[in-house]
Amino acid sequence: MAKGEIVLGCLAPHPPHVVYAENPEQNEAFSEGGWETLRWGYNRLARKLKTIDYDAMVIFTPHWQTYIGTHFLGLPEFKSKSVDPVFPNIFRFNYDISVDVELAEKMCAVAGETGIITKMMRNPDFRIDYGTITSCHMLNPEWDKPLVTISSNRNAHYYSPEVMNEQAGALGKACAKAIEDSGKKVVLISSHSLSHRHFVTESPLPEDMSREHIYNHSQYVWDMKLVDMMRGGKMREVIDIMPEYTEQTIAETEAGGLTWMMSAMGYPDYPAEIYGYQSVIGTGNLIAAWDPMEATREIVL
Amino acid sequence: MTEPDILFGVYCPPHPQPLLSPEASEGYGKLRDAYDTCRKRIEDSDADLILVYSTTWPSIIGHQIQAHPEPEWVHVDDDFHYLGSMPYKFRMDVEFAQSFRDAAESRGLQSRTVAYDGFPIDTGSVVALKLLNPENRIPACIVSSNMYANRAETIVLGKSARDAIQQQGKKAVVVVVSSLSNRMFTEHIDPAEDRIHSAKDDEWNRKILEFFGDGRLEDLSQLSREIHGQIRVQKVVAYKPAWWMSATMGQHNNYTGEVLAYEALHGSGGAVVMLTPSSETVGDKEFDEDDVEHYHGDRGVLDKGAL
Repeated sequence: MAKGEIVLGCLAPHPPHVVYAENPEQNEAFSEGGWETLRWGYNRLARKLKTIDYDAMVIFTPHWQTYIGTHFLGLPEFKSKSVDPVFPNIFRFNYDISVDVELAEKMCAVAGETGIITKMMRNPDFRIDYGTITSCHMLNPEWDKPLVTISSNRNAHYYSPEVMNEQAGALGKACAKAIEDSGKKVVLISSHSLSHRHFVTESPLPEDMSREHIYNHSQYVWDMKLVDMMRGGKMREVIDIMPEYTEQTIAETEAGGLTWMMSAMGYPDYPAEIYGYQSVIGTGNLIAAWDPMEATREIVL
Repeated sequence: MTEPDILFGVYCPPHPQPLLSPEASEGYGKLRDAYDTCRKRIEDSDADLILVYSTTWPSIIGHQIQAHPEPEWVHVDDDFHYLGSMPYKFRMDVEFAQSFRDAAESRGLQSRTVAYDGFPIDTGSVVALKLLNPENRIPACIVSSNMYANRAETIVLGKSARDAIQQQGKKAVVVVVSSLSNRMFTEHIDPAEDRIHSAKDDEWNRKILEFFGDGRLEDLSQLSREIHGQIRVQKVVAYKPAWWMSATMGQHNNYTGEVLAYEALHGSGGAVVMLTPSSETVGDKEFDEDDVEHYHGDRGVLDKGAL
């Protein structure tokens, strides 16, 4: 059996606003649009994914928060409705997803062998979080690939961003080994914003773009610093400053997704493809991808 | 103006073990017994509203208040999914929810009601309402805990709840869903061997329970920042439940406190406590920071506290 491989890594933020703005038939709420810079960036990355041969998407989500280890979805199908507890007015999404249970079990087992606390989630009533749904829908609106969803163990809460970095890095390494052993071609998704300070009020029309801007300039400057480093292929350095960045901008990187993905991909030293940056309710959101194949790697923006 | 009719308060933990696996350890069973005691007290009272503030319902856009008349779902906890599912169907007091929202807005808060089929009611609220009001005999209301709110905002939210109880003429039981220390073990454990995560957490929990037992709710409110720094995992900006509970029930120390159970829940501190307003105790329960509406000169601390 050929070795499995990671064919693309995607930083895919999950504000439900982008799904709301797209008006897919699965979502009950209706919008007049909004957040085009992000949506058009997502649309372009989704087109690139159509050109790539892969078997499954593996997504690390901050909105399945676990404190007792890292958990993996462990049933082949989940069908239900996801309602965002924070923005229920814009996100009530009827989903029907399939899971690559074999790959999930392999990741769970390999991570467990390295000493990481793990658990398979096999309760059929479990509801899929809106982070998983938003990122996956925007990257693959046809929903024609199975997923592996990995929970975010909240080490930054319990210990520190430094511990988060270490443990997410170890998990990434274990997942990479599991992918290699599986023989499958996999797209990794790190589902989160960059800076993550929200406004605590909402305009009467959520998609009113005249009201949308970054929460403060400090967050913008930090976000741009990361974007510059990503363009320069300095992902080892990005992960090294992750604790400071996370604390300074209360970034959603605190969940460990970017560290997990970069570790699994061997800390790329090639430029990231940048697809778009825009604020959503004050938070900083970047769509980016890391393409290990030099021949298909692009300068997008 | 008459005081709002708050019959008593219940402080209880959000974890699902007392609901789903009370037999798994002696401690979980004791917590379940304590919930049952509270349930009987509620049934024996003439309460017509159960108002829940849940720390496991975080909000960002202001303060959200559940206003679906009959929210129904099968809930599964993110961590403890292997313990089983929690089907629920609750009865909400929609009129009260709207009144609470209006009261919050009139005090300057961002607030909204939510009434959507399938809205994910949080583990803490589900556990509390299923154990305290299993037959939905009394309509309920649930309010979120804004993750950015600090002392002033949380206290004003509590005062808004008090306004609404008064305006609606309700006889309310106030329920706060929160752990004491909230550090869980980060590995899977044998429930029979569950214990508080550290001696420090246990010591602080017992100090908090001493205050609860003495009815010193406002003192606990004023210790909230210290409690947050000492025994709370820093998930949110502050330990808020005592701020809200005191502002809702009345910012004083004149309560009869009953600690019905204190046990470990996967390492965190779980306590079921009842607080009943009292007019008998005053004088030896001073608090440090007055609740200032107007400046009246130097404070006579020992003069405060009478209902």
